[in-house]
Amino acid sequence: MTAALTARGLEKRYGSTVALGGVDLEVGEGELVGLLGPNGAGKSTLVKIACGLVRPTRGRAEVRGARAGSRDAKRQLGYLAELFRFPGWYSADELLGLHQRLAGSAGGAQERTELLELVGLSEARDRRVEQMSKGMQQRLGLAQALVGSPPLLLLDEPTSALDPVGRRTVRLLLEELQRRGTSVLLNSHLLSEVELVCDRVVILLRGSVVTEGSPADLSKPRGIEIETDEGTTMHDGTREDVPRLVADLVAAGRRVYGVRVLTSTLEDTYLEAVGGETS
Amino acid sequence: MSAIPIIVGYTLREALRRKVFTVVLLLTAGFLFLYWLANHYLFRDLSHIGAPNGIDARGFAGATMFGLAMFATLFLGVVLAVFLTLGAVRGDAERGLLQPLVVRPIDRPTLLFARWLGAVAVCTPYVWGVYAAGMVITGLTGHWWPDHIVVPAIELAAGVALIASLSLLGSVFLTATANGIAIFMVFGAGLVAGLLGTIGHGLNSPTLKHAAVVAAYIVPFEALYQDALHEITATTTGLTGFLLELGPFGGAFIHGTSVRLWAIAYIAVVAVVAALAFSRRDL
Repeated sequence: MTAALTARGLEKRYGSTVALGGVDLEVGEGELVGLLGPNGAGKSTLVKIACGLVRPTRGRAEVRGARAGSRDAKRQLGYLAELFRFPGWYSADELLGLHQRLAGSAGGAQERTELLELVGLSEARDRRVEQMSKGMQQRLGLAQALVGSPPLLLLDEPTSALDPVGRRTVRLLLEELQRRGTSVLLNSHLLSEVELVCDRVVILLRGSVVTEGSPADLSKPRGIEIETDEGTTMHDGTREDVPRLVADLVAAGRRVYGVRVLTSTLEDTYLEAVGGETS
Repeated sequence: MSAIPIIVGYTLREALRRKVFTVVLLLTAGFLFLYWLANHYLFRDLSHIGAPNGIDARGFAGATMFGLAMFATLFLGVVLAVFLTLGAVRGDAERGLLQPLVVRPIDRPTLLFARWLGAVAVCTPYVWGVYAAGMVITGLTGHWWPDHIVVPAIELAAGVALIASLSLLGSVFLTATANGIAIFMVFGAGLVAGLLGTIGHGLNSPTLKHAAVVAAYIVPFEALYQDALHEITATTTGLTGFLLELGPFGGAFIHGTSVRLWAIAYIAVVAVVAALAFSRRDL
């Protein structure tokens, strides 16, 4: 089965600066992959190559078997850039109409209504972009990326301008897209967001993949916290060690009130992978 | 190809929304009023001017004034064309306006061509409108009409379209401000070369004439403008015709089919280079 997005040996150099140093990546059909990394790790470059805005120096990227940047590839993706702007004189409805015509979508007014509802902008249908807050524009950007129901969505920091309620709307939207089988590559700095919605996480550092896996796979055991009549104590071990530890404590005459298996968060994994690097 | 009308429509709407369009319209109204005033007084006082024998004073004044109007038309058209195109690639990419369009299933050359068509669709009616207004003002106040009307109008519009193509090419490499400055410098250089050529023609200096011809072919909007000037007095002969060729607005020595064909080829070459450069550009 063809993956929604495939990158093989993807390399991008700007003069002597290596933005990507041979990245291999795959986003499966219906998979939601989170792309993490410090500033300058190459996340945006990778997303831009995937949607044809940047040409790779070496390697190849394909969208459902079509070379990234080709018309066939572009027909199958939706994209929201990190830094984007829409002409201020368009209303939300007109902007979506423009992108429907460019994308060749036959969805018409019904699709526009559905998209605006999906991103919580039904009331702003006739409002001009220049009259919208940054957060509303970002939600409109998401609606624009979803025009024509593309099977692959590339989102570069889609929640950077959103308040907590807006971020929750996007999270629910991503879950809905997951249910519909849309593949998503989500580039975000918000680790909690990525941890909550992504099937798999890829961490980039200085243009290379340093860690990847599901959020559960990436979490590491950090011990077992057991609450007894003598207080709370920490023990080494994993989930498998819990019955033995509890049995030993009970045999020693302790009363056990609670057991918690501790694992590292995605944040811990991320910090370990990037070694505290910020840019 | 179906994306072309969509992008042309987008460009037209953008053009009409920009303040520069309003500014150009106000400047045009101001120019046409002053032009009418100048024509009114010039032709009113023409009978008091004792022109030497063999000089058709009305023809000389009319052709010179209309030559001036054609220069203003070209200049205002160029201002409009440059402001509509100067940030079409790098400028719009830096503002984040271009990326949402480029990721749609449109070839980049198609997008660029549609932007050019949109600019031409705005500038051509504008140039023809100002040209016609200038001609009518001179015709009604001075009772002088150009020898040829259609060809000069086409050539002025083509000169503006040529500048629009240069500006689009520049926008692939330069920021909007740098591109605007560069294009206006090229435009100014072309006009200066044309004036030098006229002086060289008057003084019969082969070096100046040769330099002006070379410059006119490097920036053929100047050659088109000169050819248009030549066309408005194409059938004027004798001492009046000779004097018109010496004036900055009344005549020209670079003209003919070759400059027209070269201008078409030039636009095609600029279009190909711009399309190739835009296709390879990272956004």
